[in-house]
Amino acid sequence: METRKRSVSQILITGFKSNINQYAMFIALIAVWLIFQILSGGEFITPRNLSNLLGQNVYIAILAVGMVLIMVAGHIDLSVGWLGGTAGALAALAWTSWHWNIWAAIALALSLGIVTGLWQGFWVAYRGLPAFIVTLGSFLMFHGFILLSVKNGQTVPVQHGAIYQFGSGFLPQLFMKGVVGKDVPFHDLSMLLGIAAIVLYWVYELRNRANRVKFGFEVLPWFLQLGKIILVSALIAGIFAIQTFYVGISYAFLFLILLTLLFVFITTKTVFGRHVYAIGGNKEAAKLSGINIRARTMWVFVIMGTLASIAGLVFTGRMASASPAAGNLWELDTIAAVVVGGTSTLGGEGTIIGAIIGALFMGSLNNGMLLLGLDIQYQYIIKGLILTLAVWFDIASKKRR
Amino acid sequence: MKAAASVAAFFLAGVGLWSLNEGYMSDFVFEMVNISKEFPGVKALDDVSFRVKRGEIHALVGENGAGKSTLMKVLSGVHPYGTYTGQILVNGEEVQFKNIRDSEHKGIVVIYQELALVRLLNVAENLFLGNEIAKNGIINWEDVFVQTQKYLDEVGLKISPETKLINLGVGQQQLIEIAKALSKDAKILVLDEPTAALNEADSENLLNILRELKKRGVTCIYISHKLEEVLEIADSVTVLRDGHSIHSQSVHDDGGMTEEKMINLMVGRKLTSRYPRKEHKAGDVVMEVKNWTVYHPDLIEKKVIDNVSFQIKKGEILGVAGLMGAGRTELFLSLFGRSWGREISGEILIEGKPVQIHSPREAIQAGFTYLSEDRKEKGLVLGMDILANTTLSSLERISDYGVMEGFDKQVAKAGIINYLKEVRITNHYVKQLQIKTPSIEQKVKNLSGGNQQKVVIGKWLMTDPKILVLDEPTRGIDVGAKFEIYNLMNELVDNGVAIVLISSELPEVLGMSDRVIVIHQGRLTGDLPWQEATQERCMYFATGGK
Repeated sequence: METRKRSVSQILITGFKSNINQYAMFIALIAVWLIFQILSGGEFITPRNLSNLLGQNVYIAILAVGMVLIMVAGHIDLSVGWLGGTAGALAALAWTSWHWNIWAAIALALSLGIVTGLWQGFWVAYRGLPAFIVTLGSFLMFHGFILLSVKNGQTVPVQHGAIYQFGSGFLPQLFMKGVVGKDVPFHDLSMLLGIAAIVLYWVYELRNRANRVKFGFEVLPWFLQLGKIILVSALIAGIFAIQTFYVGISYAFLFLILLTLLFVFITTKTVFGRHVYAIGGNKEAAKLSGINIRARTMWVFVIMGTLASIAGLVFTGRMASASPAAGNLWELDTIAAVVVGGTSTLGGEGTIIGAIIGALFMGSLNNGMLLLGLDIQYQYIIKGLILTLAVWFDIASKKRR
Repeated sequence: MKAAASVAAFFLAGVGLWSLNEGYMSDFVFEMVNISKEFPGVKALDDVSFRVKRGEIHALVGENGAGKSTLMKVLSGVHPYGTYTGQILVNGEEVQFKNIRDSEHKGIVVIYQELALVRLLNVAENLFLGNEIAKNGIINWEDVFVQTQKYLDEVGLKISPETKLINLGVGQQQLIEIAKALSKDAKILVLDEPTAALNEADSENLLNILRELKKRGVTCIYISHKLEEVLEIADSVTVLRDGHSIHSQSVHDDGGMTEEKMINLMVGRKLTSRYPRKEHKAGDVVMEVKNWTVYHPDLIEKKVIDNVSFQIKKGEILGVAGLMGAGRTELFLSLFGRSWGREISGEILIEGKPVQIHSPREAIQAGFTYLSEDRKEKGLVLGMDILANTTLSSLERISDYGVMEGFDKQVAKAGIINYLKEVRITNHYVKQLQIKTPSIEQKVKNLSGGNQQKVVIGKWLMTDPKILVLDEPTRGIDVGAKFEIYNLMNELVDNGVAIVLISSELPEVLGMSDRVIVIHQGRLTGDLPWQEATQERCMYFATGGK
């Protein structure tokens, strides 16, 4: 196998064609930000608003990570909203009303997610029921459970403690003391983390390149490679800067970053991840290749259930209370984010990073429309249209190739 | 102007009268003249002529791929006018069918082997499916039931029109198909392997119904692999071979028709040395199958594999011959981790030890691998690259760390893939199998058929198999790649792998195998060393000879 030399324009063109979905998503995200920036008269792209934007959407992004696995495996999970809401409510109740230790309360919420995953996985993987129906059943059951646990439209306050910190807290300052923007110019720990992230990215990218050269794979010419490194570094720097110059990085956001890295690793480097993509890509071939489809499917549902519980905890902490409305329409927001992020509705294709960007895109729409004071009814209509167009774009671009 | 019009009208009327007269005169209910039909890369029909007399039962016989089905698809308008060359005359009048509806208007109805009935609907609904007796879109059920009862009587079925299809046996469903054809006022009935799925009593009943229909003037084209049955029912026989019409005669003329004569006509081609035959020395028995029996997953009473026993020896190519639907694929799929069928019984011994194989995973671990006849549907994950497809069945060999218990008793590794090992091993197979690709990161859907097939072979070689079953390994592959796969088979056998070659192309089986087993209707009817395996003998066993 010889490495073929290709001209720069060829690389750009074929690279763009084969990754058109990812690029289109980035372009769409930037376009939406610019449109809101202009329409809002400069209020959209500010550290304050963007920090809020990131914070508001962490729970959807966490759900999206799990939903990528579910959808890549060729299934769907409608239960994640009310399951998350119920898990959050259960933890809040256990801590405030039943006076449990807070970590026990958190463990209870996580167990609820795991048990639900086992339950749904059992019906889907071992009894062959359609995931749509099984998770619709759980959707209804958990809607009942949350109404049972948080009665009469009341809320359960969670205004301090680990759950509150997890959802609403920010990392402490390391050396400098005081309020960011007033006493000190920036948040030092966040800045250090940002720099560390960029350096780690450089190490990863250069090692990856060295490996590819060693295997004789095609690599980008150096100046394109450098361009890519600068672009991605700027992106990371931007995301961290937004928060560094506001109040710093939240625990929830840090958790989301670590979770994303973990699942990027799982989906690209592990046997489990490979199997999930193979099952979704061609179930029959996967079966005849000796893959244990049932066990893999079960694990995927358990992961989703656990992540739904975590999302519920984050949301409860952010709201500083558990309410019976927590969980409403999360599943649809999540599915929309994942699909906009390039995951195929037919299974076998999709990336974690794509889903995170998809979540950011849908979150930006929500945030921007709210900022413009658009009524909720128009927000729904616009979101619905965009979802439809995104799926059409995905299918049309696949047909072209 | 007026004069010209009347001359034209007169002329047209004349032509009309003439052709009407011709129709009346013709002995043949239909004639297909010099029909040729090409698919990309294959000439399926080459100058075929086929004439059928009014009111006869005319058998159409030939090997797999001889062109029988294609010919009938041309007749029924599935391959519309313009996609073939040649002429079709019905009652002496040329016809140009654009679709199936056109041919049904002329009374031509085809009943395919795979019954086209909706299992959850009842008999009456099925009979008039697409032909509903309705006014303004509202179905007249009373009329439907009366009519259905009439057609059920004609085919001798004593069941209620309200019976759901799912509650009927295959034999009864076959008769419903015939009743459906009669409801379309069929004059020419084409039956493709009608008794393939039937037991003896049901077959006999069906043949009797066909004789009844013949008395009523229905012409019948009877496609069958069961030559004994052909002789029992047919008035004439036409033999197709490799897309040519070879011979056509009445069963009583020319000293009569016999099974031997039909077999000779069916396989009478010359064998060319297109195959790189190599003498192998068969070693010990590596796998033995005893009394293997498998039932159909949907048809409760249907035994697809019936008490089959055979041996596979180390260092040999075992050919598996048989006609379409004989159960070759089903046999090996059911052996490969029970991936097909129901109520499977029998014993498998690998290297003398009895083994329990309940899943493909266990089969692979036991050293028994199966390359599917359908590489796109069952062999490859098309959206994945060469790398991922090659290593899919043996990821545990190239991954580090942890073993995680699965949710059933199987142990599933949840390790981390060692990319370096993965690339090295994939490169090794790409080189050994001469897979032509710019990169191992190429998605397999972008590869040619031959290269795709090599990727699947690579996947199985990586599992280090003792036995490699190749089901139709050269189907849809160009000649060059075919030859490479044949050479590879020889090479693997030299390295001690036992190969099972299933193929619908008899010359391929005979050209490559050291030993040939023949399967007929789920039973093993022949087991011959290659020196004794002639086309004629194999066809004799494949058509039910004992």
